[in-house]
Amino acid sequence: MSVGIVMLVHTALGRAEEVARHWSAAGCPLVIHADVSVPIKTFKAFQKSLEDLPDIRFSKRHRCEWGTWGLVAASQCAAEMMLADFPQVRHVYLASGSCLPLRPVTELIDYLAARPQTDFIESATTADVPWTIGGLDAERFTLRFPFSWRRQRNLFDRYVALQRALRIKRRIPGGMVPHMGSQWWCLTRQTLSAILSDPARATYDRYFSKVWIPDESYFQTLARQYSRQIESRSLTLSKFDYQGKPHIFYDDHLQLLRRSDCFVARKIWPQASRLYDAFLTDEAGAMKRTEPNPAKIDRIFSKAVERRTRGRPGLYMQSRFPVETRENGLTCAKYSVFQGFSALFENFEPWLARATSARVHGHLFAPERADFSEGETVINGALSDSAALRDYNPHAFLANLIWNTRGERQCFQFGPRDNQEINWDIAKDPNAQISVISGAWAVPLFQSNSNFSDIRSEAARLQQIESTHLETLRSSWTKARVRVWTMAEFIEAPMEPLQTIIDEIGPGQPQRGLSEVPKMADLTGFGQFLQNLKNQGMHPYLMGNFPVMHDLHEAPTSARKPYLVR
Amino acid sequence: MSIVQSYRMRLRRRHAKARSLRKGLSLRPVADRTAQIKPGGVLLFSTLRNEHVRLPYFLDYYRNMGIDHFLIVDNDSTDGSGDYLIEQPDVSLWHTSASYKNARFGVDWLNGLQAKYGHDHWTLVVDPDELFVYPFCDTRPIRALTDWLDGSNVRSFGAMLLDMYPKGRLDAVPYRRGQDPIEIASWFDPGNYLIQKNRKFGNLWIQGGPRGRVFFPDTPIKAPALNKIPLVKWNRRYAYVSSTHMLLPRGLNLVYDEWGGESASGVLLHTKFLDTFTQKAEEEMERKQHYRASLEYKAYMENMSDQPELWCKWSEKYINWRQLEILGLMSKGNWA
Repeated sequence: MSVGIVMLVHTALGRAEEVARHWSAAGCPLVIHADVSVPIKTFKAFQKSLEDLPDIRFSKRHRCEWGTWGLVAASQCAAEMMLADFPQVRHVYLASGSCLPLRPVTELIDYLAARPQTDFIESATTADVPWTIGGLDAERFTLRFPFSWRRQRNLFDRYVALQRALRIKRRIPGGMVPHMGSQWWCLTRQTLSAILSDPARATYDRYFSKVWIPDESYFQTLARQYSRQIESRSLTLSKFDYQGKPHIFYDDHLQLLRRSDCFVARKIWPQASRLYDAFLTDEAGAMKRTEPNPAKIDRIFSKAVERRTRGRPGLYMQSRFPVETRENGLTCAKYSVFQGFSALFENFEPWLARATSARVHGHLFAPERADFSEGETVINGALSDSAALRDYNPHAFLANLIWNTRGERQCFQFGPRDNQEINWDIAKDPNAQISVISGAWAVPLFQSNSNFSDIRSEAARLQQIESTHLETLRSSWTKARVRVWTMAEFIEAPMEPLQTIIDEIGPGQPQRGLSEVPKMADLTGFGQFLQNLKNQGMHPYLMGNFPVMHDLHEAPTSARKPYLVR
Repeated sequence: MSIVQSYRMRLRRRHAKARSLRKGLSLRPVADRTAQIKPGGVLLFSTLRNEHVRLPYFLDYYRNMGIDHFLIVDNDSTDGSGDYLIEQPDVSLWHTSASYKNARFGVDWLNGLQAKYGHDHWTLVVDPDELFVYPFCDTRPIRALTDWLDGSNVRSFGAMLLDMYPKGRLDAVPYRRGQDPIEIASWFDPGNYLIQKNRKFGNLWIQGGPRGRVFFPDTPIKAPALNKIPLVKWNRRYAYVSSTHMLLPRGLNLVYDEWGGESASGVLLHTKFLDTFTQKAEEEMERKQHYRASLEYKAYMENMSDQPELWCKWSEKYINWRQLEILGLMSKGNWA
């Protein structure tokens, strides 16, 4: 009979009763503390329901509000009563009414009997752990906290601010080093009685009663003064979310809890009947032991915190709609934007699709419709090609497209004819890889069969749009991977940039050279065409320098770099 | 937010409360079992008209979820909905023959009932064709969710409307009483939703889905709103402003995270598109009691006559809430 249980209860007394009976059945003496907020009638009924148990006491009732001294005072009283009334107790285990023993109590008793001098209490210095709530860590111990964080947040915050402004600092008594840790501990009689009968206890109590969340630091700090052997971990499995609130266990956690290596879990949802039925049985009815795998529990709960604080990058949905700069990723995957390539090369899109494993779309932001790959009118996610729908919210269109096709690299064509509203979104997106052959929009005009005056005004319009776009791409806000060539530059040596772009797209590609090159449009007379525009007073400058007589129609195949061929 | 603005919002809320009192006068209690309501019970509020065929499944679905009491307004049904509901032991029923439109599509009636019976309860406001889905709904009753929300100091919970539709013509498979409508309307659009923030009320405005894709591809701004906040820890000072899309005070509309994380959220499976739909659309066109003079129904009727299929090859077949979570339509947030 080495373990005594101190149990703090405040709600779900029915469950607390069941758990108390379970402890008692294994012969553990109990001291129960019920919160003052439990109505006297309910408390009396609770007391009566446990009358038949042999070693049970009820300690003086305190008000136990989260983060306040009351919890420590309650633990102190109950622990004193335990030590005084049950002299055979060697270890005192602090538990709550919503704790559930995961392993047979006899196992716990044996475990502790084998470690008679060990105190199990999680205890770490503030500098070493990242547990901060409300932006307070070391200040927990150097400021005063007379107000409730839950009920009087405004006063709480103001008083903290005031103390910071006045640079008030409390002195920590006795040269102690403050430690923090889980409030659920298991201490030996020696350590606990030393803490409770310390001559300086009044000083310590006075100090800690104004510390914030003293139930996580009082015993944790003082145990360091007296303990012979501290094992800094809690025997109670308790997971906290990002607000410092314990995660709750439900019926569907049954298999998970069976794999815990802890003796007790908290906090259990009071109506999780399957859990209570499964764990509150005698040894005969207990389930077969499974190999402990606490890492799995850790993973599930840390993932939940991550989802709540960082979310899934690139996802915009009903409960995740980040303000600008807080997206941590405007889109969810890398994608490539090509400007001018499909104008300059006759078969650029099918070629790119063959050369990489990516999905290659046409002009997604074209004025007529979103030109999806293979002429589809609807693609992944039931995203429609309607231009009106797309232009209603171009940002959502792009984010949806990339999200819906996750796992498959997307490429699409862009140009000055397209909806330019999306430009900043793409430019600011680190996932975007933008390649521009500036001035290539002139090629379709050159090949077209329109009146020259129309061509001239269209050329002027497109040049202006592209020039604005290029300014965007060169701005200091741009986070995308941007490459810009003038058309003249590009056709001088087209293979090198093409190879670079393709290498960047596809790690899935075999490291071979380009076995096939896209076919460049026939540019005979293009120099003269530009000269004609100039003669009409419209100066096309984005395509670089094209001499009038320059014969551009050299076969691009001859430009293949020898080192690219295996 | 200036004082003037917030005062305006207060006036607006007061106005909504006053309206609900006035419009509530037309409600006549038919079966008042509200004495059964216990503190902490989760209550469901609904208003309906001629939904008899859907009711058995609807009530069972929410009973299994752990709803403790149903408070329903019958807007002059002629198909026996009222008689059916009177006999249900956990339903309190009110009748009205007043105009649905003038009661702001039922909102005024329910605001009044919620203030009277829903104070300090978690209240779920859904239509008979909406099935609420939340994280872990297959293993945890709704009480687990509301307890967790209470513990996290969260007062409202968002659930986007997800339009469900069958493969093939809407009228190909008739819906039988008591049948799970998802067996027929088992498809949905997984990734074509458009979101904007409503700066005035602070809620998100979500559009798109099959209705955006098929009925409003040229005028997307007219597509119906899909954002909803159906589950609220009600206080008699609260008021729904426009359907369950938004509430006052505005803090209740912040069911989403703006700093990159994900709040927990659910989905309302909207099973409007069954064989009953065509008949309903015809009737509603005549009554003109729906939003924007039944513009939605008009668009449906025009499209429905020549292109009755909402299904496309990228439609997704519904499996469970986890599928919706993976697709990014809802989120567990930090509930695990």
